[in-house]
Amino acid sequence: MTLEILISQFQKKDEKAFEKLYGMYSNSMHGVIYNIVRDHEIAEEVMQDVFIKVWHKADSYNSSKGRFFTWILNIARNAAIDKTRSKAFKNSSKNLNAEFFVDILETSENLNDKIDAIGIGKYVKALGEKCKKIIEYLYFKGYTQKETSEELNIPLGTVKTRNRNCIKDLRAIVLE
Amino acid sequence: MNIKAYIDSGVLELFVAGQLTDQENKEVQDLMVKHPEVLQEVLDIESAIIKLSSAMSPGHNKHLLQLIKDKLKSGKKEVKVVSIEKAKYNWLTYTGWAAAVIVGAGMLWTVNQNKQLEIQVSDAEIEKGYLEVQIEEAKTDLAVKEHLLNVLRDRDIISVPLDGQGNFTNSYAKVYWNKSDNSIYIDAQGLPDAPEGKVWQVWSLTLNPLTPTSLGIIDNFNDDNNKIFNIANTNESQAFGITLEPAGGSETPTMEQLHTLGIVSQP
Repeated sequence: MTLEILISQFQKKDEKAFEKLYGMYSNSMHGVIYNIVRDHEIAEEVMQDVFIKVWHKADSYNSSKGRFFTWILNIARNAAIDKTRSKAFKNSSKNLNAEFFVDILETSENLNDKIDAIGIGKYVKALGEKCKKIIEYLYFKGYTQKETSEELNIPLGTVKTRNRNCIKDLRAIVLE
Repeated sequence: MNIKAYIDSGVLELFVAGQLTDQENKEVQDLMVKHPEVLQEVLDIESAIIKLSSAMSPGHNKHLLQLIKDKLKSGKKEVKVVSIEKAKYNWLTYTGWAAAVIVGAGMLWTVNQNKQLEIQVSDAEIEKGYLEVQIEEAKTDLAVKEHLLNVLRDRDIISVPLDGQGNFTNSYAKVYWNKSDNSIYIDAQGLPDAPEGKVWQVWSLTLNPLTPTSLGIIDNFNDDNNKIFNIANTNESQAFGITLEPAGGSETPTMEQLHTLGIVSQP
């Protein structure tokens, strides 16, 4: 079954299709959310909110506007960021400014034994500092190219090619 | 289009990140359909990001799917029941409005009361002013009357009754002559008000020969309350008379209009 058919069934409120899509993207979204909120319980809370929203907003996805993964990534990222801006979250006085996805991979915080996080972490560590940051900003924080160029102090025009090279390195690590 | 250069530009990585415009997204979408290598590239990029982010996941999430499904189902079961019988306004609303009306009415009444009291106070002030003036006038009046009484009681005073003359028998007057200060007081209570354009004129007379001397006109006669007038008299008067003359008075008395006349009785 192709992804297109699966998505169209999901958009017709097919529960099985929804379960399959959850299986495909839940780990990824869990990681993205956790990377932002850095709290197991809050991450699970946001996960539920995200997939409930995905179910209800199914109609708003349009393949001409991008990948389904990109759509769901956007929902997860925004929900997690919204959570960090909530009063309750701020009261827990978490300082997330210096946190990067790499930290998660490097520590034993990851308990998901199905994925060789520690193995991946070992190689991701080998990525350049700028690569780690560019991936963090563009994919996991939802920064624009302009924001990323300002944050990394590199020209706007080089963000695209720099990112291309970083993803190439990443692919070599995770897809081999 | 050079597909390889297009892929190498990094645009597909941004496509997966969701950083492209609607126009650019459409373009990538079209190229994915036309060129399998573009589609494959996108899938690889996406897959790499999914692998990386999955490695960041803090643990299992299978149990979450069940929770999500439960929540979605309970959400569906939540049929919104809107009771038709439910009163639109409850007792609290009514009580609230009633209280507001009562308080409002009370305030209006109080304001009205206050206005009335203010009016009453200002009325009382005006009345007080009037009374003060009246008291003042009464005091002045009393002083004048005391003075007159003293004058009349003075033993040097010569009292001369003036009787009505000719057609004016009803008229009368009295002259009190104080020789020591050369003044007379005329009590003209018995004279009518002077008609329009006429004034009363007082004359001092000597009898042999009959010579009238004007003592003056009483031009405030009609406005005076007690009708007692003080006039200087330096003459050796033998009689006094009062005539009605044209306004401004006359050189000689108009005898037809001689209302009263009285002869000074010699001591």
